[in-house]
Amino acid sequence: MDSASAPFDSALFPEGVKRCKFKWFLFWVAVLHGPIMVGVIGTLMCWGLALNVTYLNNNYPFGLWIAADLGIIALGGGAFFTGFLRYVVNIEELKNIVNYAVVIGVICYAAAQGILGIDIGQPLRGWFIFWHANVHSMLTEVAFCITCYFMVLCIEYLPLILENRQINKLGFFHGLAHHLHGAMPTIAAVGVFLSFFHQGSLGGVPGVLYGRPFAFREGFLVWPWTFFLAILSAIACGPCFTILVTWFTEKCAGKQLVKKNVIDILAKISGRLLVLYLILKILDTIVWVGLAKGVGAPFSSFYANQPYGYWVLITEIGILGIIPAMLLLSERVRRNEAGLIIACLLNCAGIFMNRWIIVVQTCAQPVMSFDKFVSYHPNWVEYATTLVFVWVGAVVIMLSYRYLPIFPQEKELNPL
Amino acid sequence: MKEAHHKADEKTYKFGMVIDLDKCTGCGACMVACMAENNLPFRKDNSDRLRSNLWMRVYKISNGRSFPDLDISFIPRPCQHCEGHGHHAATPCVSVCPATATDYSHETGIVSQVYTRCFGCRYCMAACPYHVRVFNWWDPTWPKGMSKYLNPDVSVRMRGVVEKCSFCYHRYQRAKNKAYAEERRELHEDEYQTACTQACPAGAITFGDLKNPEHKVYKLKKSPYAFRLLEKLGTNPKIYYVSTRDWVRKAGDVYLGKEGKDVTHA
Repeated sequence: MDSASAPFDSALFPEGVKRCKFKWFLFWVAVLHGPIMVGVIGTLMCWGLALNVTYLNNNYPFGLWIAADLGIIALGGGAFFTGFLRYVVNIEELKNIVNYAVVIGVICYAAAQGILGIDIGQPLRGWFIFWHANVHSMLTEVAFCITCYFMVLCIEYLPLILENRQINKLGFFHGLAHHLHGAMPTIAAVGVFLSFFHQGSLGGVPGVLYGRPFAFREGFLVWPWTFFLAILSAIACGPCFTILVTWFTEKCAGKQLVKKNVIDILAKISGRLLVLYLILKILDTIVWVGLAKGVGAPFSSFYANQPYGYWVLITEIGILGIIPAMLLLSERVRRNEAGLIIACLLNCAGIFMNRWIIVVQTCAQPVMSFDKFVSYHPNWVEYATTLVFVWVGAVVIMLSYRYLPIFPQEKELNPL
Repeated sequence: MKEAHHKADEKTYKFGMVIDLDKCTGCGACMVACMAENNLPFRKDNSDRLRSNLWMRVYKISNGRSFPDLDISFIPRPCQHCEGHGHHAATPCVSVCPATATDYSHETGIVSQVYTRCFGCRYCMAACPYHVRVFNWWDPTWPKGMSKYLNPDVSVRMRGVVEKCSFCYHRYQRAKNKAYAEERRELHEDEYQTACTQACPAGAITFGDLKNPEHKVYKLKKSPYAFRLLEKLGTNPKIYYVSTRDWVRKAGDVYLGKEGKDVTHA
């Protein structure tokens, strides 16, 4: 690229790659600021006018926000699991996507904490969860582990920032990045430990509610079975989410950024884990039917109120579970771009649906026989404040892609 | 083990209620008394029950049959002050609160709520199968001049926190102070009564120490017609209901099962 036609910020680009003109970059960032402002307005309304601006109520203390929180954390599970596969299991090829998995993870975990900051009624007291911690509460475990893991993710993200072409010229930052890279296996191992706990605890949040037969599960020691299912589902869908975002980034950038064999490894592992998850999920469902019946809650009562009919169970396990698992197991499908993306979409949608079910459908189920079913759907404030993190995440990705060496194979795949 | 939380010489109670559903007329006096006693805020249009602050709520249920077989019953529902037992050794809401903002007192058997510590995550609300916990969706407001009539013994809650029936705990504190002043260790039955108990014109609500044989509730809870809501879940609540009508008793202890299939909620 000759220097005359190069964007004025080209000195900040990674070595040997091409980026769009700065005005186009600025244009798309500005476009994203439209929905971001809507989300900011929604957030200010929640903080300024209290949560009556949402459609949450006393029957639905948990709604879209908490379901999204659990879903985002599961999807962001690609970060720790890819790190685990790269640094602990030592799958060399994954070094070509682990950076991007970290970026996606940072966004997901920041989003989850941001949503919680809007969801709680007294955001200024959010620190009470650490100060007055109740060690018996699943949410306490979630709060501690998510906060610690977010710090780990930031430490994993830091060397990428330090490797920016201009920052890396400074000796101290160059050295720091180098040393951080050297410590990455240890950092990744810490991240894996923390992630297993908070992924599980998020699954345990509804699982310990013994007053709610729809959600309650027996378990192992202090952990309900949903604790283990949540871990498994997160590592089964996280890599698929990484594949989806990478694919979308490639479409936006108009070029291939990661080699197919790297994507294939993630997809294959995801498919196998999804099969294992589904087997255990089906077993859990069978045991749960008997458990609920024992406390006077017949299986049919859980699906007696629309929109939560039997279709929910069939869709979650069948359409959004078994089908993507079959697709991901097939090498032919994995090598077909459309097939792979459909499988990943179904997989991620299935996990998200699972989180909605364990959070919102749990609240929807009347427990007392004379209690009335009421429906809930989120309003624009809830949607806008949830989606704002998608738009902010897109800006973070745009900045990271433009200025940081996220994709090691980009130069090789797209020679100038 | 639980008693080990206390000094051996400390007097402990297990306060609870017995509500005679055959006497309850559904007049709502208990709800009004509760609101006045505990400074419960209300809105100009307070008809949205999903967002109103009711610590005591009276449900109207029907056996679902047509006249002349139609029968109705009213179920006053304060906090059940669950104790939990066996496999579920903790109160459903207490064990989940991440900030220890709700606690089970082994001195009184009362489930408390620390409003200034609650940060409004609402996990306790999701944990409660009785819907006794309410969230302050708005800042509390009262019609002009009415704030002068608020109960000075009960703190007003701010928006964004969860609240619930406390068995008029301030009355317990007042009674205890009086007893100490009179150099007594034990409270008389009539010294500590909740507002709803005293307001009920039909005398349907009886309140006292469930483990004290001299208190009325001790005998009433042993009635063959006594039951508790959702007994099968193992929450071990301290609100007992009494009804001689079979269908009412079954409605209280089933979860949309065959036995309660005809029960409707108005």
